[in-house]
This record gives sequence, C-alpha cells and structure tokens, in this order.
Amino acid sequence: MERIAILQIGHFLLVTIQVDMHDRLAMTLQDDLTNRISQTSARGVLIDISALEIVDSFIGRILGNIAKMSRILDAETVVVGMQPAVAITLVELGLSLKGIRTSLNVEKGMALLRSSLGDSEGGSMDGDAEK
Amino acid sequence: MQKNEVISIRSSSDVVLVRQAVRQLAVELGFSLINQTKIVTGASELARNTLEHGGGGTVNIEALDEGTRRGLRLIFEDSGPGIPDLELALKDGFTTGGGLGMGLSGTKRLVNEFDIVSRVGEGTRITITKWK
Ligand SMILES: Nc1ncnc2c1ncn2[C@@H]1O[C@H](COP(=O)(O)OP(=O)(O)OP(=O)(O)O)[C@@H](O)[C@H]1O
Ligand SMILES: [Mg+2]
Repeated sequence: MERIAILQIGHFLLVTIQVDMHDRLAMTLQDDLTNRISQTSARGVLIDISALEIVDSFIGRILGNIAKMSRILDAETVVVGMQPAVAITLVELGLSLKGIRTSLNVEKGMALLRSSLGDSEGGSMDGDAEK
Repeated sequence: MQKNEVISIRSSSDVVLVRQAVRQLAVELGFSLINQTKIVTGASELARNTLEHGGGGTVNIEALDEGTRRGLRLIFEDSGPGIPDLELALKDGFTTGGGLGMGLSGTKRLVNEFDIVSRVGEGTRITITKWK
C-alpha cells in the first residue's frame, strides 16, 4: 500500500509530504504517525509541507488531528514550509489552524522544537538516526 | 481557447484528478499563483462534497474566454440526497458529517461567482467561476 515515509532523527520524527495526497493516504499518515510516536517515544514531529500546493479543509483537519494526537502522546508537532499562496488561501477559506505550531522551514522548526523541549531532549542531525 | 472537460468523481483519487485538471487549465489561462491556489482549493472542497455528501457525481471544467476576460467555470453535479436548508449549509462551521463545515462557505469566498441549486431527493448542482 502507498504510504508516506516517516524519518526518525534522534527524538524527532520528520515527514516530508511530496505528493498530492488523496484523503485516504492522508488518513493513513495520521494513523502511522500516531503509532510511530508511541513506538519511538518521539518528543517532536516536523511535517514539511513546502511541496504542498494546496491545503484544504480536509488536510487542515488532518494536520490538526496530528497535532492533538501528538500532544496527548507527549510530543509537539510543528508544520513547516507552508507556501505563501497556500497560507493566503487558507485564511480566506476560513481555516485558522489554531493549535498548530508553524515554522518557515525545517531548520527553524527543529530549533523551535529543541527550545520548547529543552536542549538535552532534542534530536541531533548527526545522532542516532533510525537503522 | 475553447476547452471543456468532464471528470467523474467516484473515489478520493478522482478528487486528486480534479485538482490536477483545474490546476493545469488555470496555468494555461495565465492565472496568478494565488488565483490558481484559490480555484484549486475550491475545486477540492466541492469535489469532496460531491463524493462524500452527494454519493459521487461529475464536474464539468470549462475555460472561459470572453475576449476581455478569461476565467474558469466549474460545475459540480450529483444525484445525491440534496441539501434541505441552503442558508444553513452555507454557514461557517455547519456540517452534518463531522467535518469542519468550512467547505461550502469557504469556497464561496475563494471564487468570484457561486451558484447552488439543490433539491431534496434529487441532487445538487454547484457552479463556481473564477476570473483571471
Ligand atoms: N453535494 C452535496 N450533497 C448533499 N449535501 C451536501 C453537499 N455538499 C454539501 N452538503 C451539506 O452541506 C454541509 C456543509 O458542507 P461543507 O463542505 O461546508 O462542510 P463539510 O463537508 O461537512 O465539512 P468540511 O469542512 O470538511 O468540508 C455538509 O455537511 C452537507 O450536509
Ligand atoms: Mg465539505
């Protein structure tokens, strides 16, 4: 089955969405991420949506669910790289994405996670990536 | 440019096809990136509604060239249950399906023209137009 890859970097999970996801694929991602957070005890999740050309109400809802779910499992989610045209459209559509933390790019998102978790907890780029 | 395309909407991958077809035409018509994003997002919302609430249907995608102005017109049609109270359905946050209830009201804000005809027990037809 078609799936979106979840990469582990230290205590963080990184997801880069590179395809125009159909709804079932997005739901699979939500389930997979939830499982991976609990399996790995990850403390942070970065979702890179810089390649996404639109975010509609469904994807917005999925991102919100992931953020909520991760919080319950003691992990923070940051959505990074939203294109300006996507952000403008999202506001006009009426989605607030409240409860979702955002950052301009992966690097800044990672820094945000690190500082909110305290440095000792953070994932390191050259560290114990998953085998 | 005279273009007209009909896509049937029966699964969530058809919703992706609708997004892609609308994007391609919007690019060909010279839409700005923002307007491309708006019409594709609106198309995605209405295609999903056609699938989820209307039980499937079609979209007719038409490129409009009226000399001085160009645009895109999308007509979504289904023979589903229809919408009993249009005013209510167009309110931000109204949903009967556990969604966010932003699809219809939000799409109306993203386009220039929005027309909806719905009859209970017969189906729904929604026409949106976005000018370049
Ligand atoms: N084609 C349709 N046929 C029948 N009912 C519809 C149709 N389109 C919309 N509706 C009704 O209008 C309501 C509002 O639609 P809207 O798209 O705004 O919200 P939603 O689909 O419930 O949630 P979402 O925010 O995820 O789109 C739906 O819950 C449904 O009851
Ligand atoms: Mg909807």
